[in-house]
Amino acid sequence: MDLNRFTRMDATTWRIEPYGAMRVPAIIYADENLIRDMDDKVYEQAVNVAMLPGIVQASYAMPDAHWGYGFPIRGVAAFDPDQGGVVSAGGVGFDISCGVRTMLTGLKVPDVLPLQKSIAESLFRQIPAGVGSTGAITLDPASMEAMLAGGAKWAIRQGWGDSKDLERIEEQGLMAGAEPDRVSDRAKERQRREMGTLGSGNHYLEVQAVAEIFDANVAGVFGLALNDVVVTIHCGSRGLGHQIGTEFLKEMAIAAKDYGIELPDRELACAPINSDVGQRYLGAMRAAINCALANREILGHYARRVFDHFFPGNELRLLFDVSHNTCKLETHAVAGKRRSLFVHRKGATRAFGPGHESLPLALRSVGQPVLIGGSMGTGSYILVGRTTGEEKAFSSACHGAGRALSRHAALKQWSGRKIVDDLAAQGILIRSPSTRGVAEEAPGAYKDVGAVVAAAEAAGLAGRVARLRPLICIKG
Amino acid sequence: MASMSDSNAVVASKGRWEHFPHAADVGVRGFGATPAEAFEHAAEALTAVVTHARVEPRHPVEVNCASPDLELLFVEWLNAIIYEMAVRNMLFGRFVVQIDDTRLKGQLWGEPVDVERHAPACEPKGATYTALKVAADSNGTWSAACIVDV
Repeated sequence: MDLNRFTRMDATTWRIEPYGAMRVPAIIYADENLIRDMDDKVYEQAVNVAMLPGIVQASYAMPDAHWGYGFPIRGVAAFDPDQGGVVSAGGVGFDISCGVRTMLTGLKVPDVLPLQKSIAESLFRQIPAGVGSTGAITLDPASMEAMLAGGAKWAIRQGWGDSKDLERIEEQGLMAGAEPDRVSDRAKERQRREMGTLGSGNHYLEVQAVAEIFDANVAGVFGLALNDVVVTIHCGSRGLGHQIGTEFLKEMAIAAKDYGIELPDRELACAPINSDVGQRYLGAMRAAINCALANREILGHYARRVFDHFFPGNELRLLFDVSHNTCKLETHAVAGKRRSLFVHRKGATRAFGPGHESLPLALRSVGQPVLIGGSMGTGSYILVGRTTGEEKAFSSACHGAGRALSRHAALKQWSGRKIVDDLAAQGILIRSPSTRGVAEEAPGAYKDVGAVVAAAEAAGLAGRVARLRPLICIKG
Repeated sequence: MASMSDSNAVVASKGRWEHFPHAADVGVRGFGATPAEAFEHAAEALTAVVTHARVEPRHPVEVNCASPDLELLFVEWLNAIIYEMAVRNMLFGRFVVQIDDTRLKGQLWGEPVDVERHAPACEPKGATYTALKVAADSNGTWSAACIVDV
């Protein structure tokens, strides 16, 4: 991207002054290398979001931003319902409430290494992953309604989880305001046999080792020490969320005209928050959030079953479960005033700083764990929300490495088989139903996640706590 | 038809369809003498996002959709296929489309996913309005394209 198109505010803040139909500025947080490598489409899409009615403060993009559909991927935008603010199905994305959870095993790397291969095989058998996989759970209409209204709490009631998890799941495991009857029959049908499935693409379950500690104090509070083994799961609301996204995208694209909203890009499809379609979408989207929370709780339960088999009595304690594709009603300080805003995060992780009332007491003094997925080979990071993040981007941070190469380019460059062998030689076991899928997700196809999290820290969005290196990766 | 191809396309099939790159997702584009034919070939491109293996046209499925314009109808068509793939756990290899103004009737033929044989790479979540275009070129060849979220 041409850096001359920005006003550089500091080392990691790049501002696009409002022009044309922009109502607010657009701000991208990144270091110079990351922003130089960013696609011009990120600029265009961040500018387009700044044109939407009722947008507050600025349209933001995180250091791992890339060309999305409508919103840039890693985009953040907040809207005020009392100023004609909108809710956008495109601003949430198809995989509603896609997110990450990390569980602490209480084990050290030497405990796990002798069993690494057996654990990998067992997880691969127990966790349904990839296209054509079906879960062991089929929901009848009554259980579907209960799941959509109950989230992770529902899963726990069914025996697929642990009530101790709830305080460490966003919304305490249950998204209020979910309206299962706003979810279409088609969306429910798509979910009927998908509970407890991982999906495909960039979704995974990993067994990871803590490889580096950046902040010993916060790491201590999080319960992380060098060579600890953790389990991390990345997935979302599966077919249900995809179908809700699809249906409301169309309805909003058509309805925008009726609300007098000029869409710079049809994919930005949105409707006033205070409108019939806006309210119906919020009800359905919140039900999809519950679906994602339930799904990750169930997958966590499956992982626990496997670890309990190899390490009887072992308890996988949840560190945190946080989503990165949502629209949430939150209170934020804007120019010194507390305002209730609908914050869209599309591939951006919520990152509440210390003292936030939604955090469990055990974490409140340090801030919310921000779970950042990398690629199969390079590892992941655990960050912590910073107080400065609220002013910077409504308490939001990055999501992962972000792709550097398209799936096509990756496929041309790498063979899935060779990646699996090369990573095995480095002590990382990959299990996936699809070698082509592995090639498309090749470590080299992703940006340097280390640079992304360093930029997020420098920008004051979140601070680095620990780096995780993969030991086992179950890839959909 | 070659003039219409995206120079960056890396997967293409006999000039009927191609994939074009997108940062995180993938673009599908079908070509044809009519919009309906372009829609059929774009559907083949959608299947190729999931598998490069042959899909046997064993079982027929019918879909119907409607949208106010041809471009929205194209997205609706792809989403109808994605839905049938998901709920039936099937892949489709043959498509016939009839378009009557704002309505579309589609026949799909396919078979249940065979993980071993199809080695499915990823699952399409939905067709998007990004890079959405249905148009004829100066030679009268139609193309239908958009980004699919995977």
